[in-house]
Amino acid sequence: MSQARDTCQPAPPAAARQEPRLLAAGPDAGWDQHLDTFGPLDADVAAPGLLDALAASGLTGRGGAAFETWRKVTATAESGRKGLFPSRPVLIANGAEGEPLSFKDRTLLTHAPHLVIDGLLTLASALGGASMYVYAPAAGLPRVRQALAGRPGTKRVRVVEAPETFISGESSAVVNMIATGTAVPLDQRRRLSESGLNGRPTLVVNVETLAQVALIARYGAHWFREAGTAADPGTRLVSVSGPAPVRDVVLEVPGGVELSAVLKEAGMDPAPLSAVLVGGYHGRWVRPAAHVLSPVGPVAGTARPGAGVIHALDPNSCGIQATARILTYLANESARQCGPCMFGLPAMASVLNRIAGGERNPRLASELDRLGRLVSGRGACRHPEGTTGLVSSALEVFAADFRAHLAGYCAAPGGVAA
Amino acid sequence: MTTILHIDWTSCDGRGLCTELLPGVLDRDDWGYPVARGKAGRDRTDVPLRDADREAAQEAVFLCPKLALSLQERTGPARESRKPGR
Ligand code: SF4
Ligand code: SF4
Repeated sequence: MSQARDTCQPAPPAAARQEPRLLAAGPDAGWDQHLDTFGPLDADVAAPGLLDALAASGLTGRGGAAFETWRKVTATAESGRKGLFPSRPVLIANGAEGEPLSFKDRTLLTHAPHLVIDGLLTLASALGGASMYVYAPAAGLPRVRQALAGRPGTKRVRVVEAPETFISGESSAVVNMIATGTAVPLDQRRRLSESGLNGRPTLVVNVETLAQVALIARYGAHWFREAGTAADPGTRLVSVSGPAPVRDVVLEVPGGVELSAVLKEAGMDPAPLSAVLVGGYHGRWVRPAAHVLSPVGPVAGTARPGAGVIHALDPNSCGIQATARILTYLANESARQCGPCMFGLPAMASVLNRIAGGERNPRLASELDRLGRLVSGRGACRHPEGTTGLVSSALEVFAADFRAHLAGYCAAPGGVAA
Repeated sequence: MTTILHIDWTSCDGRGLCTELLPGVLDRDDWGYPVARGKAGRDRTDVPLRDADREAAQEAVFLCPKLALSLQERTGPARESRKPGR
């Protein structure tokens, strides 16, 4: 049951798919469909109990880091109240996805902009009247602007266009873009929750997280937990892609779902797939069998969804070459501010490309490992460790292919090492 | 309460003055940038210091030509561990 990118159809019941929640109002839902499906939500009425409901729901951020949402909100609320001159917090809806394999946030903004705005208004009210921004790439903006124009209470929401770079959605880059027009991460001597945009306590929340907040504000924590598992409650959107003829599809899946069930739901047979990239370019390669999708759980058998990207590798293509292409891309997407990232990632990409190209030199693998350990933890943002995490998962999952390459041949049917 | 040496990587230009002042704490990497010895992960951006190294660290903070270093007192649990990406 695949659906084309940017469309959403009524969902047939299936193991991997929950009754749609976030996209329940159907494709291109306007204000009327939104109200028909979800009913009205008065932000100021819902706000007082919201923090407790979020804590009880166990909602975690859907943008990648998977923090408990109520903790993030509480930290911002508390630092807004602290100090001689309490300062009004800033709330930013983050719709920047950055990487080519992610499209669920754009899909959500296109088809359910009102649900995101509900979450924004309610959370802003719970923060004592925070300033509001929507930050999203150009493709998502027309529908957001249209939705804002058509409803009351949204005059103060400002809309900022996110550039199409990998790093543009990193939370300090989001703040920097709004403040200065440059979407590169800032050095963080202080947390954004203490001092962000114009020195005010700032909360950057992924747009899907906000849509989930809107549902929890309406239906409560108990309802939210009716989907998913105790450790990973609720649903999440995932961007699923794979080798042709599989079409890119956004699915809403319950927490703790099996990876192979998601792949089947997207129209793929998991059996022949050699590896699946979970969590995106800062994620990990895993073997598809026997993994559940959850931000918590034992490393063996759990694949962390990150920003909800699932990408199946074509059984005919070489995992090392695929990783080398991604690493080359990531090296080019370094914001070139921090030395270890600016020099280290291209050095890693060059070594991996030599391995992918079939250079017979057993020392290349240990050099790749050494460079990875050298750069991680050393940047203003987490681009270095996100990148090295992907590479180390490739070294693990494609270990046999690495050995083959270093001996001068490529084991993949379609791969060429020479 | 631990004193940490924070390295602002967006400012550091890797000429290595700090690594000369804090040889027991910082080493230089392939490109001349400081690497915290024996530390992993984000402890290489917010480097925990021993009391004995505090004075030399203070000096490095004053002498760093790019104002890339600062000292912070860390109380309680480490800063929220932000994961890669958004
Ligand atoms: S770590 Fe890399 S991507 Fe992040 S701010 Fe520094 S140079 Fe830019
Ligand atoms: S002295 Fe300052 S600029 Fe020089 S390497 Fe150390 S931190 Fe970087």
